[in-house]
Amino acid sequence: MAMPMESPISFTNVGRIRWWQRGIFASQTGYVLLALAVLLVIMHFASPYFFTEGNMQNVAKNFSFIAIATLGVTFVIITGGIDLSVGSMMCFSAMITSMVMTELSAPGSPAGALFVHLAADGKTVIANVPGLILLVSIVAGLGVALIAGLVNGFCIAVLGLSPFVTTLGMLSIVRGLGYVVSNGRGSFPGGPDADRFYALTSGDVLGVPVPFIYLVILALTMAVVLHHTSFGRHVFALGGNEKAAELTGIPVVRVKIEVYVICALAAGLQGIIISGWLGSAPANMATSYELNVIAAAVIGGANLAGGIGGPLGAIVGCVLLEVIRNGLVLAQVSSYWQQTLVGVIIILAVLVDRIRSRMS
Amino acid sequence: MANADARPVLELTGIGKEFGAIRALHGVDMQVMPGEVVGLMGDNGAGKSTLVKIIAGNFRPSHGEIRFAGDAVHFSRPVDARAVGIEVVYQDLALSDNLTAAANVFLGRELKRRFGPIALLDHKAMAARALELFGELRSETRPDDLVKQMSGGQRQAVAIARTRLSNARLVMMDEPTAAISVRQVEQVLGLIHRLKEQGVAVMLISHRMPDVFAVCDRVIVMRRGEKRADKPIHQTSPEEVTALITGAKEAA
Repeated sequence: MAMPMESPISFTNVGRIRWWQRGIFASQTGYVLLALAVLLVIMHFASPYFFTEGNMQNVAKNFSFIAIATLGVTFVIITGGIDLSVGSMMCFSAMITSMVMTELSAPGSPAGALFVHLAADGKTVIANVPGLILLVSIVAGLGVALIAGLVNGFCIAVLGLSPFVTTLGMLSIVRGLGYVVSNGRGSFPGGPDADRFYALTSGDVLGVPVPFIYLVILALTMAVVLHHTSFGRHVFALGGNEKAAELTGIPVVRVKIEVYVICALAAGLQGIIISGWLGSAPANMATSYELNVIAAAVIGGANLAGGIGGPLGAIVGCVLLEVIRNGLVLAQVSSYWQQTLVGVIIILAVLVDRIRSRMS
Repeated sequence: MANADARPVLELTGIGKEFGAIRALHGVDMQVMPGEVVGLMGDNGAGKSTLVKIIAGNFRPSHGEIRFAGDAVHFSRPVDARAVGIEVVYQDLALSDNLTAAANVFLGRELKRRFGPIALLDHKAMAARALELFGELRSETRPDDLVKQMSGGQRQAVAIARTRLSNARLVMMDEPTAAISVRQVEQVLGLIHRLKEQGVAVMLISHRMPDVFAVCDRVIVMRRGEKRADKPIHQTSPEEVTALITGAKEAA
């Protein structure tokens, strides 16, 4: 029942908001990006090694190691939640992946018989289907992440537990399970598919590290999902006003569970990639990484109160942290200063945002 | 106008609601005809909000029956009420501050364009439709502006525009004129008149006596969880309604 328009609106009292006062220009992400650009210029003059190809590759690789998990946790932060279990999740997924890979590659074992056979010389192990072991073991690693994400989401969305407490518990549970399944020893990717695994996780394509390529693809996907799908819209609505989201018929429980699952999967994938680079999945891998990941998200402009955040911010936060770390090393500053400085930057970034929103 | 032979769009019989030991509503009967504007008045704690929330599907009634357009209905969620054609403008407006006006209008029922297996938001269509709705409301609201940056009247317009998306048959407005300017009050009342012309029933929950007497056909007064009066507006007066609200007069 369209009502006839009696008069078109004329905006006599409501001015248009200027382009520099909206979108990225008015966001924390915007000026952290600016700060990053300034920092890069300073680094260029401070150290001749900074802009060398080798160092750039290093930086790209290093920040990619936490950036994928940061993308995941950004989803959770936008809804107004938090996930502290990402560090443990990285370790556990990586561990399960390499353990399954090793297990399936053992010719004698019942599971291994399905996947591998011995070559004529009686020593060399050959995969029955090349790449299948790799696929199954990565699916297994992501599978445990999926389960942990579902449990987080169920406890938070359905049972109504606080995200902080639930994921703090999950941090401990998953880390503990890692020690249980590995007996504290950690595990190594092995078998005929191990080389393929290393190529997929720590190789490079035309000089670009593969983790960086994954990161770009995932970040672009995330941008589309957040801003051009109804799921993304609901994620923002949930962080802006959860009650309103509920009243307008958004499936709040489902969206919440989904963001925790996405976060756990991103952490799991991140862990698998890191283990490829390390060449193993030690039981204490990625300990306290959740702090770096959350710090990167917050520096990049994700608001812990919910409703604000995005993939660009997540990446900018990670790059800034890595450039500072890298810069301190190049400047031969004691690496113990690194953590102190990161803390100062977290507070500064949030402080500047507060001052800016007070002024407008 | 309510025809004598028309079926009521909403019919409540013996609605009661208890929260633990507290009896919030007791034995409320009422009918709302298509195209009728009913004012629901009462002091704080009289049971207005509870009644509205029951009709909107936020609460289930402890007793009684709700019939919508002749059929008995049971809402377990607000979405169920919306599905049959009941729209609510909540007092706190239920807006997400961090989203644009258009995004808020379409929240939960976004327009999408399909590209093979994926459906992406149709930002253009939503902005155009939202602008059209703001035009109808004569509110100077830009669809792309964030709700965070808007005035009380603009926010109200966004919340009301939301009810115009679907073919609502009953629109309930909880204090729609409480937080806005005099000029905007006129606009909201004008909108209520236009809803009425379209045959939409409107339930206006308000403390503002002049507004109720300006647009309503009938006024219902609640006190202590019970319906104390249900009168055509021309058979009563602000003085009588005030007396009923405060309890100076028990019932009419």
